[in-house]
Amino acid sequence: MRHRKKNMHINTDILIVGAGQGGAQVAISLRQGGFEGTIAMVGDEPDAPYDRPPLSKDYLAGEKEVERLLLRKADYWEKSNVGLYVGKRVTSIDAEAHLATTDGEEIFHYKYLIWAAGGHARPLPVPGGDLAGIHVIRTREQVDLLRSEVEEANEIIVIGGGYIGLEAAAVLIKQGKKVTVLEAEDRVLARVAAAPISAFYEAEHRAQGVDIRTGVGVTEVNGEKGRVTSVVLANGDELAADLVIAGIGLIPNQDVIEAAGAKCSNGVDVDDLCRTSLPDIFSIGDCARHANKFARGASLRVESVPNAVGQAKAVVSVILGAPKPFTDVPWFWSNQYDLKLQTAGLNHGYDETIVRGDPATRSFSLIYLREGQVIAVDAVNMIKDFMAGKKLVENAICPDREKLADPEVPLKSLVI
Amino acid sequence: MSKLIVITRDGEENILNGKAGTSLLEIIQDAGIDDLMALCGGCCSCATCHVYVDDAWLAAVGDGNEDEVSLLEDSEHHQKGSRLACQINMTAELDGLRVMVAPEE
Repeated sequence: MRHRKKNMHINTDILIVGAGQGGAQVAISLRQGGFEGTIAMVGDEPDAPYDRPPLSKDYLAGEKEVERLLLRKADYWEKSNVGLYVGKRVTSIDAEAHLATTDGEEIFHYKYLIWAAGGHARPLPVPGGDLAGIHVIRTREQVDLLRSEVEEANEIIVIGGGYIGLEAAAVLIKQGKKVTVLEAEDRVLARVAAAPISAFYEAEHRAQGVDIRTGVGVTEVNGEKGRVTSVVLANGDELAADLVIAGIGLIPNQDVIEAAGAKCSNGVDVDDLCRTSLPDIFSIGDCARHANKFARGASLRVESVPNAVGQAKAVVSVILGAPKPFTDVPWFWSNQYDLKLQTAGLNHGYDETIVRGDPATRSFSLIYLREGQVIAVDAVNMIKDFMAGKKLVENAICPDREKLADPEVPLKSLVI
Repeated sequence: MSKLIVITRDGEENILNGKAGTSLLEIIQDAGIDDLMALCGGCCSCATCHVYVDDAWLAAVGDGNEDEVSLLEDSEHHQKGSRLACQINMTAELDGLRVMVAPEE
């Protein structure tokens, strides 16, 4: 006799899809705001909501235990009367009927749905890209697997010289591994920062012993018995590898909501209150594509914790009846070695950069201007410039260039 | 276990127990108090876990490092006793410590 799965119907006022930083913040802020309705949160990972940024930093290094990754203690969600459904994936949404079905047995009947499903690491798009020993860094489970294999590995190749790849390289070189970073562009951090920042980080990593190779494409990964043994470059060279980490970007999770009819492009399209094109469905965080005023209204996704949290609060403001768009200056950080890089603003379309201070001192900043206006600041071990930079960007200031370039003039003094 | 007294933004006084070695931020969040955003997860990169240390405890707690001071001094709510909760670790000497959560930025 065929086993028939019994569906469980669950009524909930709020259904949060995704138990990451954004989803968790929706639940937290709703309760903080006095919301007394029912809340359910579905996440496809086995974990309660946790902090993702340490995965490529101190968690990878083994300096932070898993309990300390959790955004809230395990019993918080029950105490806050938030139904947590982990290890489950929402597989279809009927927006008209306000129904969402999971790969388990749940059928949720919701009033509002918040799509906070984030994204997944882009898989290596070359032959052999799915061999064992090739890792990505996005989830706690992935990093646990990576850590367990790092112990045995000696030659590690990191594909992609972005934040994730460089942070991982910084951790692994400290563990005595031979680490090579392969970047397809002609410099690391090419998509997020200007040349002086790239040059500085390349030099730092090389000084630490990392073999950084730029302008290098990967065409194939070779293996034996299903396990990676080498990486083949576009120029024909073959580099031996016991372990490969691919840090080549994030693909937003949007298939299910797109199939339900939501307008999507590279991400789920949302308005300034994070509303999708579907009734009573919002989207926030890494997967939400919105017009950002700090990019002259260009539509983009912002992959950062402050963005996920801010957008979560915007959604809660709508649900609680006092709508308030999230319009804070975007900001980011990256920790490598003893270097704290903090970025304020979005540098899209910059036409000029100004270096403040001497990179050789390992404490400096880079100002991005567009038509004379400060649109972003990268601050390396220079917290003051980061804090003041946020205000310069927020207020769209066009300061005197000589003053900007003079580290003796506090950036703060240029905020009007 | 050391005792920690936290005055939340609603004016409520909360008595918490904290293990030595854990940060004030972790103790406060683990107690289910959601006043502190702690956006950077406690790595001294933002100023969203801002608290005021009670006058009587200033000497025992001490000053923050340069990074922390830089983050705090530009806050509009910066005042005497300003510290980041992620940068204060609980110790037996701090048993009875009293802090107040600063207003939201």
